[in-house]
Amino acid sequence: MNSGSQYDVAIIGAGLSGLAAGIRLAHFGKRVCIFERHNAVGGLNGFYSLGGRKYDVGLHAVTNFVPAGVKGTPLGKILRQLRIDREAFGLCPQKGSRVAFGPRGETALKFSNDFALLESEVAALFPRQADGFRAIARFVRESPLSGRGTPASAREFIRTLVGDPLLEDMLLCPLMFYGSAREEDMDLDQFAIMFRALYLEGFARPLEGVRTMMRVLLEKYREAGGERRMKCGVRSIIAREGRVAALVLDSGEEIVATHVLSSIGSAETEALLGAAPAGPPRLGFVETISVLDRPPSDLGWGADTIVFYNDSHRFSYRNPPGQVDVRSGIICFPNNFEYGAGRGLREGLFRVTCLANYDAWVSLPEPVYRRDKLRWFAAIQESALRFLPPLGTADALDRATVATDMFTPTTVLHYTGHVGGAIYGSPMKNPGGRTALSNLYLCGTDQGMLGIVGAMLSGISMANQHILRG
Amino acid sequence: MTNDECKKAVLDIIADIAPDENLSSVKPDVRLRDQLQLDSMDFLDIVMELRKRHGIEVPEADYLRLASLDSCAEYLTPKFNALAAKS
Repeated sequence: MNSGSQYDVAIIGAGLSGLAAGIRLAHFGKRVCIFERHNAVGGLNGFYSLGGRKYDVGLHAVTNFVPAGVKGTPLGKILRQLRIDREAFGLCPQKGSRVAFGPRGETALKFSNDFALLESEVAALFPRQADGFRAIARFVRESPLSGRGTPASAREFIRTLVGDPLLEDMLLCPLMFYGSAREEDMDLDQFAIMFRALYLEGFARPLEGVRTMMRVLLEKYREAGGERRMKCGVRSIIAREGRVAALVLDSGEEIVATHVLSSIGSAETEALLGAAPAGPPRLGFVETISVLDRPPSDLGWGADTIVFYNDSHRFSYRNPPGQVDVRSGIICFPNNFEYGAGRGLREGLFRVTCLANYDAWVSLPEPVYRRDKLRWFAAIQESALRFLPPLGTADALDRATVATDMFTPTTVLHYTGHVGGAIYGSPMKNPGGRTALSNLYLCGTDQGMLGIVGAMLSGISMANQHILRG
Repeated sequence: MTNDECKKAVLDIIADIAPDENLSSVKPDVRLRDQLQLDSMDFLDIVMELRKRHGIEVPEADYLRLASLDSCAEYLTPKFNALAAKS
């Protein structure tokens, strides 16, 4: 056997969870190698170049942001566990976001990194629900960061405290959009994690987006002695006697490792063992990106960081019957973070995300796919514009646009290998991270923690629990 | 190694694990958990850094012996000295 390919730990996937796990393991002397099929790191939170510009794949905002000095939070934990100086991530807080419901978003709740704003907005708009809302916040504050571990419905829980379905939907809309793999409802633990991440804590972004964070993680991993093999996917897992015996790479090379940590998803990992990818349907998304020749505020759009919108009587969070559901979505303006005096993005960015049906995108012939993308690009933006202050002239957005891009569930599948082009993975989470094989563990999306900070915490806690402790 | 040197070694580790904590006034006879924001992940790190930096093994059953600086010194100093004698 080639001893050069023998590791204490092999990690499948160089996304945030795999890198965070790798840093921990390498720091404590394990011989670690991360195998990544793509030629870039980051997975669902990577970045790419197009036409001389760099775009973030998934990042709208880093959730779970708290200012320096606030302790006992997920962000503080990952910084400590990875020995990263808080300043290195360069996180700049959001200006302010809102949930806008109704055909033109006339019913709105503003929120920011100061929870008191949301509290006062709820009290003003839903005076009879204010106590119930505070009780929800209390419940979340008292919930353990990793959840209570007993499956329950978030909607049923909210209904015991809040009697107005509009408030129920308005609170759930951002939490579902930013992390729910489940249709129409959330697991109560996931709800608590997301409520904390978005409302009790908040949004931030590094000036240069996710690549600032990736750089810090890669540097740490390298310093700790971790190895990384790019364009080097794992094709299959060979199991023997209830354990992983070897990993087979796309090249056919075999790798032996004492432990294997897979960040690629549970069904995706099972597929490496020969199982047919199965399970409930996944939620897909499309996103339109417009690069503008001026900051979005110069179009009269104000200073919103994120707008979560819905035009219908009830908020529907499910796989749409058609290609895209334009009734609801997320508008993100990466310009609208507090980058500090004299600092800002060189160009304006306007991103809109909507639910999309993978099956309706996946098998289209190329010309049809291109045509549909163009058609939906226009429809998505037209729908989103209803929730922003009106433009001076009808063609003002077109005239300010210097470049565009768009991803569909097919794009996500292509670059990340996630079944169904899913962003939030399987609706069935596996908080313990154990699998049928005794030395194979899951981390990342399907382990159950969410967002950028959650992904890193997932890698850290799985590495601690199964490998460093063991 | 003296008890004070041992406490210093433990404080050095905590300073690296939790740079956001103020360690200048840590009371040696009070549980670390009661005066600093340290959770179970942080205690696991103290144990692992002791192994990495000093070759000292702390079995899980003995984690409670690391509760305060005084108890750390009482438990760890003999281990440090036993290692030093061996080398």
